[in-house]
Amino acid sequence: MKLHILYFARLRERFGLAEETLEFSGTTAVDLLSQLQARGGVWAEELATGRAFRIAVDQDIVALDAVLPENAEVAIFPPVTGG
Amino acid sequence: MKIRVQTEAFDLGAEVDSIRRERTDIGAIASFVGLARDINEGSGVAAMTLEHYPGMTEKALAAIVAEAGQRWPLQDVTVIHRVGRLLPGDPIVLVVVAGAHRGEAFAACEFLMDYLKTRAPFWKKEKTPQGDRWVEARASDDAAAERWN
Repeated sequence: MKLHILYFARLRERFGLAEETLEFSGTTAVDLLSQLQARGGVWAEELATGRAFRIAVDQDIVALDAVLPENAEVAIFPPVTGG
Repeated sequence: MKIRVQTEAFDLGAEVDSIRRERTDIGAIASFVGLARDINEGSGVAAMTLEHYPGMTEKALAAIVAEAGQRWPLQDVTVIHRVGRLLPGDPIVLVVVAGAHRGEAFAACEFLMDYLKTRAPFWKKEKTPQGDRWVEARASDDAAAERWN
């Protein structure tokens, strides 16, 4: 199935990518991270276990075991620093 | 309730007047204004750029305001957060809370800022003499939000 992925702030800059649509064969957010980590380089580095980042599905923050629905908007970003 | 994400500056007095206008049931208005500083983590900051996640930002702010409304009997709330390029001294964020009494106005104002800082998708990038850098999230902000649980 397809997912629309958005990247923000430091991750957007390091990946050199603000958004992409990709074909996803897994189930959860963890599966998506594995798929992205497999690209190697900055992807493996920034999305490694223990690195601080957040995942939102359809604009709500979710846990890593969240199931990703078809055509979901999935955003990956660093911990927020507004205010 | 008013929630706005904008590049322009805001006017605290005008926002307070807007909440008070044609009402006489409000007993207390508490407000908070966050400002861009010229120093952070020991380095001079010449400017900062605020990025956000359009769509989620407004949704997250509305959820935070709704949660405050469930915890305290509030009469009105305004939240304005700026994005884009800001200079030291520029106002970044405004929270105005109106209630019948000061207790709920003070408490809800602090709660809104604590939750905004840890849940609303904004990111700051600072321009320093050592180069541009993304601001790192602080554990003290997480602790401040956690105390409301």
